[in-house]
Amino acid sequence: MHVPADYYLRILPELVLTATAVLIMLIEGGARLGSRAALSGTVALIGTAAALASVAVQSAHRGEAFSGMFRVDGFSLFFHGLIIAATLIVLLLSIGYLRAQRLQRGEFYALLLFATVGMCLMAGSVELIMVFIGLEISSICSYALCGFWRASARSSEAALKYLLLGSFATAFFLYGIALTYGASGSTNLYVIARSLSDVLAGHGSLILVAAALMFVGLAFKVSAAPFQVWTPDVYEGAPVAVTAFMSAGPKAATFAVFLRIFYVALGRYSHTWFWMIWVAAILSMCLGNLGALRQTNMKRMLAYSSIAHAGYVLVAFAALGEHGISAAMFYLACYVAMNLGAFAVISNLAQQNERFIDLHDYAGLGFRFPLQSVCLTICMLSLIGIPLTGGFLGKLFIFKAAFQNHLVGLAIVGLLNSALAAYYYLRVIAFLYMRPATVEVSQPQRSLSMNVAMVACAVGVLWLGIAPNSLLNFVVHSAGALTGR
Amino acid sequence: MTLDLHLWYVPLLCFAGFALNIIFGRFWSHAVAGVVGVGFSALAFADAVWVALRWLGTQTPYLEQHGNWISAAGLTVPFGFQLDQLSLVMLLVVTGVGFLIHIYSAGYMAHEGGFYRYFALLNLFLFFMMVLVLSSNYALMFIGWEGVGFVSYMLIGFFFRRDSAAKAGLKAFVVNRIGDFGFLIALFLLFQRFHSFDFTSIFAQARTLPVETSGAGILTAICLLLFVGATGKSAQIPLYVWLPDAMEGPTPVSALIHAATMVTAGVYMVARSATLYVRAPQASAVVLGIGGATALFAAIIGLLQRDIKRVLAYSTVSQLGYMFMACGVLSYGAGIFHLMTHAFFKGLLFLSAGSVIHAAHGEQDMFEIRKLSPGGLRKYAPVTFWCFAAATCAISGIPGFSGFFSKDQILSAVFNVNKFWWAIGTLTALLTSFYMFRALFITFFANPEGTAEPSPSHAHPSGQEPSEVADHNTLPHESPAVMTVPLIILALLSTFGGLVGLGDRFTKFLSPAFQTGLPPATGPAGSDTTVFAASITVALLGLLLAWWFYLKNPAAPRRLAASFPALRALVFNKFWIDELYGAVIITPLTVVSRVLLDRGVEQTIVDGGVQGTAWLASATGNTTRRQASGNLRSYAAWLGTAAVAVLFYVLVVGFRRF
Amino acid sequence: MIPLSYYLILSVLLFCLGVAGFLLKTDVISIFISIELMLNGVNLSFVAFSHFLKQINGNIFVFFVMVVAAAEAAVGLAIIVSVVRNRHTLSIDKISLMRD
Repeated sequence: MHVPADYYLRILPELVLTATAVLIMLIEGGARLGSRAALSGTVALIGTAAALASVAVQSAHRGEAFSGMFRVDGFSLFFHGLIIAATLIVLLLSIGYLRAQRLQRGEFYALLLFATVGMCLMAGSVELIMVFIGLEISSICSYALCGFWRASARSSEAALKYLLLGSFATAFFLYGIALTYGASGSTNLYVIARSLSDVLAGHGSLILVAAALMFVGLAFKVSAAPFQVWTPDVYEGAPVAVTAFMSAGPKAATFAVFLRIFYVALGRYSHTWFWMIWVAAILSMCLGNLGALRQTNMKRMLAYSSIAHAGYVLVAFAALGEHGISAAMFYLACYVAMNLGAFAVISNLAQQNERFIDLHDYAGLGFRFPLQSVCLTICMLSLIGIPLTGGFLGKLFIFKAAFQNHLVGLAIVGLLNSALAAYYYLRVIAFLYMRPATVEVSQPQRSLSMNVAMVACAVGVLWLGIAPNSLLNFVVHSAGALTGR
Repeated sequence: MTLDLHLWYVPLLCFAGFALNIIFGRFWSHAVAGVVGVGFSALAFADAVWVALRWLGTQTPYLEQHGNWISAAGLTVPFGFQLDQLSLVMLLVVTGVGFLIHIYSAGYMAHEGGFYRYFALLNLFLFFMMVLVLSSNYALMFIGWEGVGFVSYMLIGFFFRRDSAAKAGLKAFVVNRIGDFGFLIALFLLFQRFHSFDFTSIFAQARTLPVETSGAGILTAICLLLFVGATGKSAQIPLYVWLPDAMEGPTPVSALIHAATMVTAGVYMVARSATLYVRAPQASAVVLGIGGATALFAAIIGLLQRDIKRVLAYSTVSQLGYMFMACGVLSYGAGIFHLMTHAFFKGLLFLSAGSVIHAAHGEQDMFEIRKLSPGGLRKYAPVTFWCFAAATCAISGIPGFSGFFSKDQILSAVFNVNKFWWAIGTLTALLTSFYMFRALFITFFANPEGTAEPSPSHAHPSGQEPSEVADHNTLPHESPAVMTVPLIILALLSTFGGLVGLGDRFTKFLSPAFQTGLPPATGPAGSDTTVFAASITVALLGLLLAWWFYLKNPAAPRRLAASFPALRALVFNKFWIDELYGAVIITPLTVVSRVLLDRGVEQTIVDGGVQGTAWLASATGNTTRRQASGNLRSYAAWLGTAAVAVLFYVLVVGFRRF
Repeated sequence: MIPLSYYLILSVLLFCLGVAGFLLKTDVISIFISIELMLNGVNLSFVAFSHFLKQINGNIFVFFVMVVAAAEAAVGLAIIVSVVRNRHTLSIDKISLMRD
């Protein structure tokens, strides 16, 4: 069978990442102990940067690959770029973090890259089984990463919870795929869409059940309420670098799948699934923000905050149409930047055995560690949604889309929530600058890569808030890929 | 347009000052940081004056654009700046008063740590304020709007690292977020209706719309929501609670942000949206009502405050109420006139109060200050005294002083529309005059009885002073020239600044900015003799009463208080508004979302602290634990239940449809 | 010929048994096996649909699912070992360090 070369170019980022990950595993087996962690880290960085560059190659070869299983369009390009960029940031911060934790083992990087491959596959595939495989590749790697800090009871408990609940939810998702297959006779999203347009009456409820089951699985992965219960525990227990990773890439990739399945394959049933999204959006925003109010553990607070942000994206999701899709995409980009920035600072300050992870440890750090504090402040302002940061524009577009589609109630709940959320984000800034230090926090390890990660995120957040037009236009154009324009 | 004013230089200069100080400030001495901070504000003011001189020749609306902030998805928001009469007044007031307060700060903050940070933030504040008043669209205005709020938050909590200051800052920010919530919804509605954020475009379209007399339409909704934003920023009922607490910040900050400039942003915004408000009479009626009620209410609370800064804070709330009354009767010119004179005299009052506090080694309680200065503080700090006196005359509406002219214009405008609110306004003027002269007499004059004032609900019994009061044996002293010179300039402005409004000149000058496409609702606000006479009478009456109670016959207030203890307690405790908020809003909220709200809001707004938390935690503990119990099987049960709910939903929908 | 619905009902039953096992069992290994039960319920659906649609795809999907399940089992057991080393217990009710 002849496979055109274009097909390989269309999955070039995946190929580069896989090759890098395999290389890292070879290094782990071969290189001498002393040098190999640093070597693996460097190789991983180079490989990821190369993968990011190869997205450009990919963008020059738009189209389908492998019997229509994989699709390179604006939508998948956007998510490829976002996911790989997020991985790059996570790599930068984990190099310093692993050194501080004395957890320098190269398989961390390999797992990270394999997970990224899975997420990229999710972003690009238009075939449910392929989506499932991508999802599982990234999930299984995430389970392992969660428990990477093997000596910590919390870390392994987080891994266990994530593993069991994750598999539980995946089973629902898979069941949804099976029923979709049964109802439509295919697992390709576009074929499903076509065949659903003339299904018999009896299959109507079957496909709705399938939609509900897939919704359960995907809502779990993006930690949307009421499927969010696992998030705080897993985020708290996992090593910070892994928490950072889980809160960014997988969320974006799952939203890509979520949007693609529901808009492309199930677009005809939007009047039914719209209400599921609507309820999930409201619940996520409210439960996330209210839950975050009383947290003092930074990881746990950001876990609740990530639930709330999933809610905002769901608002955009519920605002059907291109406005909603593009708002969701733009918001995800902002979310990834600001969230990773916050986690980069947290992982830098945490130090060995994650001693300093509580809000009270941050009291008075503002003037002692200006770089960290300024970056954290910028990210917090963006999470609040203060103008001139990405978070503001992201929310602006989401709620504008909601208003345009007459979801006034949803928009009002969302705006009220973002007013409420200001409290707990601002409290971090208050602790940094307005409280005398109570805990003797030692000087965090100097790590160039971590500083680069922090500054890159902070700059990204500001860039998205001040000069968003190039990304916005790209997003608006690529949103059309889902609505068939 | 041939005229190129480069409006954006003004904010840019302020931003440059901020950037320099924040980056290099730590390596600089106090003097360099101060010079940079003051210097850039001076440059901004000079540029503002230069802009004004060039623009006054043409007096045509001026617009400039510097690229697009957003240009995608059918939404275009340029970085656009505009200048008209309204913006010009704001520009000059903000940079002018801002510049004076910068100078003053150099003296006042000289012994504080973080000097460069202070100036950096002050410059940043001016930057955002400039963006707010110069922007040519609502979206850019919102940047300034949020920016000033954030800087104000930082400045309140930044310096003294007190828990109360951090909490006050947080309260200010969160209350303002509630207001911003209204503002944002208004923005979305504006965009829905007019497909633009640009003032020019929105107002041009609005001019073609009829007045919504019969029923409330979209314009009324927009105006009301905008006003919600204004009540937050400008501390009106019901969102005024943050302003008195914001006095935790350094006094020059209170003068600049919480008196002269930021809090007037709400008035500016309403005046800017005049074209919308004149078409939404019900919204304007609400503005009038809220403004009037706030004016009276805050004045009553101000009557018995002991802390000098709190007196001024409540008087700010009250004066802002006047400005909104003017807006409510569509006399925007009068409102902006009062905004300007208020910036002068209230800035002056705060700066003098700062000078008093400086003189009295950090003491803020007026009665304590009197105790510290045998023979009256005016002997030790004469310049401060005369300045404070001039400002008091101005705010009380003593004829000839600036406040008299602006307040009189407001009251006559209100008189022409609604006699009831005029009466309220006049009553408020009486109270204002009374409590301001009370403050003046207590602070600066010796106690005629020579005995200590009883302190029924005073937090520190005498003898237990706050720690910053270093040494009470040292007598008070006058402040250095760097502080008194700005005072004198502001005193001159407070005294004579009202003359620009003589014979409606100022209102006429402003009127092109308020061309709403409708004939002005009220006739030219010529001073009615009744109003005129009433204003003068109440101002003098207030003075006399204060003199009688606090200088001539000081036993009287105590007798009065003794005969109405409940009333006094009510007023002294600010009507228990904070507590009422706790009872009416906070408690139900915590009950409704028992699982979730246990600590956050409780601590923020009610300051409930540890006991409340513990109680609430135990009360809500069961539910909380059930939701995030840590037990995997209960999580799975959650997931399973939710999944069943979703399935149930689709089956119901599915079977109904097929 | 056995109608499709029979297969589907059996598949639902298997899946629900898996869910019930997940919720009711306290021991980690049993919970893990319950997930396998759920996946196999789904597999049955795939095979049944594949047969009735007269396509080969569904059968192939089952193999993918089995591979994924095997990978999951490998990682899962490793995680369980790590938990047991840290906590010396297999009872899920005792593994709740993190909670609100």
